[in-house]
Amino acid sequence: MAVDGSLVGRAFPPTRPYRVTDEKVREFAAATGMGWESGDAVPATFPIVLAFDAMNAFLDDVQVELSRIVHGEQKFSYARPIAPGDVLTATLTVASLRQIGGNDIIGTVSEITDDSGAVVCTTSATLVHRAAEVA
Amino acid sequence: MTLEAGAELAPKTYPVTRASLVRYAGASGDFNPIHWSDRIATAVGLPGVIAHGMFTMALVARAVSEWTDGAEVVDFGAKFTNPVVVPDDDEGTTVTVSGTVKSVEDGLATIALTVVSGDQKVLGMPKVSVRA
Repeated sequence: MAVDGSLVGRAFPPTRPYRVTDEKVREFAAATGMGWESGDAVPATFPIVLAFDAMNAFLDDVQVELSRIVHGEQKFSYARPIAPGDVLTATLTVASLRQIGGNDIIGTVSEITDDSGAVVCTTSATLVHRAAEVA
Repeated sequence: MTLEAGAELAPKTYPVTRASLVRYAGASGDFNPIHWSDRIATAVGLPGVIAHGMFTMALVARAVSEWTDGAEVVDFGAKFTNPVVVPDDDEGTTVTVSGTVKSVEDGLATIALTVVSGDQKVLGMPKVSVRA
């Protein structure tokens, strides 16, 4: 089932505020084989934890199964580094939608903001919604 | 370290096993079953369980951090052009990240990357800018 084209431009509700902790950052860094101590830079892809939450809410809303999604492209653009203690939310907007070979190519932009409302990081993701095989 | 335009950054090779994917799934919250179930991965037309694109990207961020002693990342992007297929055995596969400093301007160093698994490039146009 193709994703509805009228979604383009729609912003989804912000994710629940997320407090960045030393323990979570250490766990995330360890999952990529990195040691991490308080004061070290937070791994550059860490905001995906929030962006993924926002994406899940979006996929639920449009009734797309996660297993049919393959990641096409990802970008992070930072206004400032993330640090433990930050309380962040992600707001996802559908930026573009096109169909290629029966697959939906969904462009999303998630703005990660802190508790003052300032943008910390803008992440954009291209999601490929793989069409079900026709029997 | 000082980054200079034209500098080649020594390749870094990291192992990727099924256990790596399970651990990354837990740490990131990405429980897409194509990253842990062969049954579901093949049902949606993939060759088998594949690594999270974001896991590969996180390994690239690790290489950049190791090269630059944890320099602040300002921009980071890549396309996921080929899947990293991870067999269900003890060795798994590997991801190798190499880089070249393209430019150092206005306090930002831009690094062009090459990311391969086996002999196949897995990321398209991976690029990172760090505060130099």
